[in-house]
Amino acid sequence: MTDDTYNFAYLDEQTKRMIRRAILKGLAIPGYQVPFASREMPMPYGWGTGGVQVSAAVMTPEDRFKVIDQGADDTTNAVSIRSFFQRTAGVATTTTTAEATVIQTRHRIPEAPLTEGQILVYQVPIPEPLRFLEPRESETRKMHSLEEYGLMHVKLYEDISRHGHIATSYAYPVKVEGRYVMDPSPIPKFDNPKLSDCPAIQLFGAGREQRIYALPPYTRVVSLDFEDHPFEPSKADHPCGLCGAEDSYLDEVIVDDAGGRIFVCSDTDHCEGRQAAGHRGKDAA
Amino acid sequence: MYVAVKGGERAIRNAHAWLAEERRGDPAVTELSVAQIREQLALAVNRVMAEGSLHDPDLAALAIKQARGDLIEAIFLIRAYRTTLPRFGVSAPIRTAAMACDRRISATFKDLPGGQVLGPTFDYTHRLVDFKLAAEGDAPRAPTGAADPGDVPHVMDFLNREGLIEEARPDDTPPPDLTREPLELPASRALRLQALARADEGFTLGLAYSTQRGYARNHPFVGELRIGAVAVEMEIPELGFAIEIGEITVTECETVNQFTGSKTEPPQFTRGYGLVFGQTERKAISMALVDRALRWEELGEDNVGAPAQDAEFVLYHADNIQATGFLEHIKLPHYVDFQSELELVRKLRRTAGADGMQEAAQ
Amino acid sequence: MQEAQTLSGGFADPPRDAAHAFRGVMEAMARPGTLHSLQGARPPAPLSAAAGAVILTLCDSETPLHLAGPADCAAVRAWVAFHTGAPPSGPADCVFALGTWAALAPLSAYPVGTPDYPDRSATLIVECDVLRQDGARLTGPGIRDSARLSLPDRQAFADNAALFPRGLDFLFTCGDRIAALPRSTKVT
Repeated sequence: MTDDTYNFAYLDEQTKRMIRRAILKGLAIPGYQVPFASREMPMPYGWGTGGVQVSAAVMTPEDRFKVIDQGADDTTNAVSIRSFFQRTAGVATTTTTAEATVIQTRHRIPEAPLTEGQILVYQVPIPEPLRFLEPRESETRKMHSLEEYGLMHVKLYEDISRHGHIATSYAYPVKVEGRYVMDPSPIPKFDNPKLSDCPAIQLFGAGREQRIYALPPYTRVVSLDFEDHPFEPSKADHPCGLCGAEDSYLDEVIVDDAGGRIFVCSDTDHCEGRQAAGHRGKDAA
Repeated sequence: MYVAVKGGERAIRNAHAWLAEERRGDPAVTELSVAQIREQLALAVNRVMAEGSLHDPDLAALAIKQARGDLIEAIFLIRAYRTTLPRFGVSAPIRTAAMACDRRISATFKDLPGGQVLGPTFDYTHRLVDFKLAAEGDAPRAPTGAADPGDVPHVMDFLNREGLIEEARPDDTPPPDLTREPLELPASRALRLQALARADEGFTLGLAYSTQRGYARNHPFVGELRIGAVAVEMEIPELGFAIEIGEITVTECETVNQFTGSKTEPPQFTRGYGLVFGQTERKAISMALVDRALRWEELGEDNVGAPAQDAEFVLYHADNIQATGFLEHIKLPHYVDFQSELELVRKLRRTAGADGMQEAAQ
Repeated sequence: MQEAQTLSGGFADPPRDAAHAFRGVMEAMARPGTLHSLQGARPPAPLSAAAGAVILTLCDSETPLHLAGPADCAAVRAWVAFHTGAPPSGPADCVFALGTWAALAPLSAYPVGTPDYPDRSATLIVECDVLRQDGARLTGPGIRDSARLSLPDRQAFADNAALFPRGLDFLFTCGDRIAALPRSTKVT
């Protein structure tokens, strides 16, 4: 049931045009953060306002919309954003990755490979990969324009000399087509390889920070690393307790007062699909 | 056996229902009306209008009711509503010299044309809890007098005539619009003032206070503080002239700041400026102090590294809707990130443990 | 007659028609060399239906529009003004430019962005007599291996790509079809 008191997909047309123009420039300059006049949305900054604005700007009435938070369709924020678009755009929703045409995500890339007909919209808290090294926007913008990424390499290398490993496990910085260093949003580095050469369009929206950026399909995305310390995606070294998957990203769940724990897929659709197909893990019912 | 938690949708529904019940409180107690909030919590309404950037006392009062008195939540409701409103046009600059002043004071001159008007101020109240207010039914009346007709001249104009204060030259350049364009640095003074006008009162107050205590001290005098109603006029292209479309109450503060001169400017007084919706004088004075501190560059002053001098720091952190959203978002699930950190810390500990054992063996 | 033409030809259902048209434009820009159909606009001659849809979808009072050559006629100017309010502009300060390849020349007249803000560059809507997936070879982001597109020139686009991350972006329109060439595409 669409709520007719608001325009289709909530945003007014002028706002959508402004966001659409930013998306096109983002696609034309992969990995570059395009400033846009983010609007105040009826949900708090930091809760997906950038993703919601991007989704609203790309959505058509025929889309099938999926929202995940931490990989799951039924986390409260995912439920809230899904019902927002059901109400304001009247779009069909789904939890099945393969059936979705627009997927909004916070912190994960679905396990099922994405396809050409799909758009993945990321919610981004801090779009600037250099922000934790240099808090000033005026400085980081200069660093991007001069392709001056030495500071980032120094930081990663200091990790190695101190800890023996790069101590960044999520929001792991990537380089796009050999030019811009980009923040992939706080996805676990396990997901980083899926960014590259992806058949779907990937759009990133940061509402509070007023930035949109994009990866066109089949864009080359490389996680920063060193010859003697190559990038390695990592996950908990267990199979999923419910579906037995060996290759999916896992949540650790504490199940009793003694601190007993099991590991289950963070991607709920992936896990349910495997269970429906008869796969069972050791903790399954 | 493990069964994954489900039911986010039902949990949200129930939370909203509980919230609504708590908002009403004890049903045996009379419900607050929007008019009561507008009339009797007017300063809260003013703050919500100022930081919500929307002059609508009834709507602000409703937002306060809906937000259970959480003013930042109420400001958020107003902001989200404001962005959905169509724009019909732009008003002409308000003329504060033509203000019908409820309050007008100057700390720089004992007396001056237009006089010192205290108005409805807390200033000289003794902060003693008035237990009589706990009883209802009182409708106090204040004595009245005839209003002075005509404009009330600005104190600054007297200083300006002597050339003792920097001249504020009229500028018809349309100001940038913070709500329609992404913030870009360096920010012009017009843009900075726009951001400060909707900035969090507490943040602005803290910054202003820091300048008084020596972090970019600029010795302010309140040249003038005035509160009152001004006409809002709009140019109608079809008519070819401006017509009055309404009246709003604003607080204006102009500070006079000592200035010993710099490489580029002679010794003279300089200005800080604050203008805020409603009777909001703490905010207006704070705004003027922060405005003045941010002007160090154009006045050729030294940057002493004070927070209030740092436009990027001030502008990026002054908005309480941005700040509270990002602060509170850490309540959202982060188990994916946390899991990756868990794995990393375990791995680093294994490495450190192995190194330690190796060293011990050597 | 003129007035009726000015007032008509817009989107019948702007939020939904614009949403569909934008998806076409976005797919085109995201996948250089692919063709997409844009429906819903009936602009006055000489504008193509696709160019009309692009204008209705992306232009408004915030986007100066440069009309070049035959596109710069009274009927088009009036239609654009009525439906979008896009201010007319010269090439140097436009956000969008519209015309045939010959009319839009020279490319050096358009803003290509700055090193800090490469997005502050013009998007050129190039009206074409033919638009086919043959001709110049395209590689780069958005393209799996390589694609082909009937470009009106090769050297000009290769030169533009060499400016990356600055540069112009192009939308090619022909009838109701559209294809795109962002600055990131290498043309050989």
